[in-house]
Amino acid sequence: MRYSAYSIFKEALSGNRMWKPAWREPQPKPHYDVIIVGGGGHGLATAYYLAKEFGITNVAVLEKGYLGSGNVGRNTTIIRSNYLLEGNNPFYEFSLKLWEGLERDFNYNAMVSQRGMLNLFHSDGQRDQYARKGNGMRLHGVDAELLDREQVRRKAPYLNFDHARFPIMGALYQKRAGTVRHDAVAWGYGRGADARGVDLIQHCEVTGIRRESGLVVGVETTKGFIGCNKLALAAAGNTTTVGRMADLELPIESHVLQAFVSEGLKPVVDHVITYGAGHFYISQSDKGGLVFGAEIDFYSSYAQRGNLATVEHTMEEGVSLIPGLSRAKVLRSWGGVMDMSMDGSPIIDRTPIDNLYLNCGWCYGGFKATPASGFCFAHLIAKNETHHVTRFMRLDRFERGYTIDEAGRGPQPNLH
Amino acid sequence: MASLITCPHCGTRPKEEFSIRGAAAPKRPSPTAKDEAWHRYVYVRDNPKGRYQEYWHHVAGCRRFLVVERDNLTHEVFGVTDAAELERAGAGE
Repeated sequence: MRYSAYSIFKEALSGNRMWKPAWREPQPKPHYDVIIVGGGGHGLATAYYLAKEFGITNVAVLEKGYLGSGNVGRNTTIIRSNYLLEGNNPFYEFSLKLWEGLERDFNYNAMVSQRGMLNLFHSDGQRDQYARKGNGMRLHGVDAELLDREQVRRKAPYLNFDHARFPIMGALYQKRAGTVRHDAVAWGYGRGADARGVDLIQHCEVTGIRRESGLVVGVETTKGFIGCNKLALAAAGNTTTVGRMADLELPIESHVLQAFVSEGLKPVVDHVITYGAGHFYISQSDKGGLVFGAEIDFYSSYAQRGNLATVEHTMEEGVSLIPGLSRAKVLRSWGGVMDMSMDGSPIIDRTPIDNLYLNCGWCYGGFKATPASGFCFAHLIAKNETHHVTRFMRLDRFERGYTIDEAGRGPQPNLH
Repeated sequence: MASLITCPHCGTRPKEEFSIRGAAAPKRPSPTAKDEAWHRYVYVRDNPKGRYQEYWHHVAGCRRFLVVERDNLTHEVFGVTDAAELERAGAGE
């Protein structure tokens, strides 16, 4: 059914008792054209675009938990395309353009809010670096503005401008950046895929990948064997675990990233703000909670919870940037397992096995990439050729010496 | 939760004193090794779930590189050994 003002009115007349579930709960068929492992944002978006853009509807998405139970429901909901490198920028800009038309496209309210993002800088060197990044963005046709201190003050007067060690000198501003209601992204894509015939199979864990004469023929799961012509992995933090079933050797390390939300407050933070002197970022949800986070915990982890030392560090950064934050109470904190790649950039590519496709390495930047990742991965699976905006995101780029090291930190996954 | 690390030289210290280098399993190949060996050493990771050895640098203490063996699912710490000692013990086998 199509959601509209009329449907809300009509359902209200019957006391909202007639709403139907947004997707079916099918049993797995014996065989599919494409199986996608991972029912998170990227897996569901891939299924949606496979069906909608490329006409492949005999597809199953296998999810070991419930839909959207991984990082798509655990992030800080930020979307942006302020990347410098050729290998990244056109991809993330493609993603931002898809976000801009997404709700109309999949007929679901994802609360896309382009409220603008301020990347603060605190030194001359950092200003030069941000000016360079902004120029790089504009050369790609992406909006970017360099704001001085007073322009930032008009937008966000509550910041600590005169910090003794890290005074705020200005910001790189991307007006089209913003936030999205993350759960609704998973639900919207899931519903859209389901309506086009894709089977979303929850609580179905992949336990093995069956191969014959060098090709994947299907997967062993907790619901039995399911055959497929093509297998696509979008397993995020568990990529290595699933990849090992097909003997893939990957440039991935899993790390835990924490995020936090405060009690609901009246509107105060109108933008997304990042602290140039730390890794702190903050925005305010429509419910009023301040949503914020900082670095990963630095050690390898598969636990979806983090360390108190990182909690303390995050709070210190937050209060250093916004002194008023010290009066707010933290309501919840949580952790997600990140597939940290060795250069900080993702992989959307074929693998040494011809009908096995790989989507991983999103580090902690995967949410904003969801639409483009799904679109480009679907393109790769359907046509067996790389979409032009992901042509640098290859699995063999490390061997060839073509890493996409946006942060310039070398092969040190916990620093990206 | 790996909040306290017992350094063999300095005793039990908070995690914040340490900087984490990463997986201890990859062994540095010889300078003349083939590109493939260097690629595996620099970029490819086993990334196991469970028991795991990692290099931790005691930056705010003895400044020694340590190998911390822990479980990356439960965050339980099993043991901390000086990396050089571990290397020597390995060479003596």
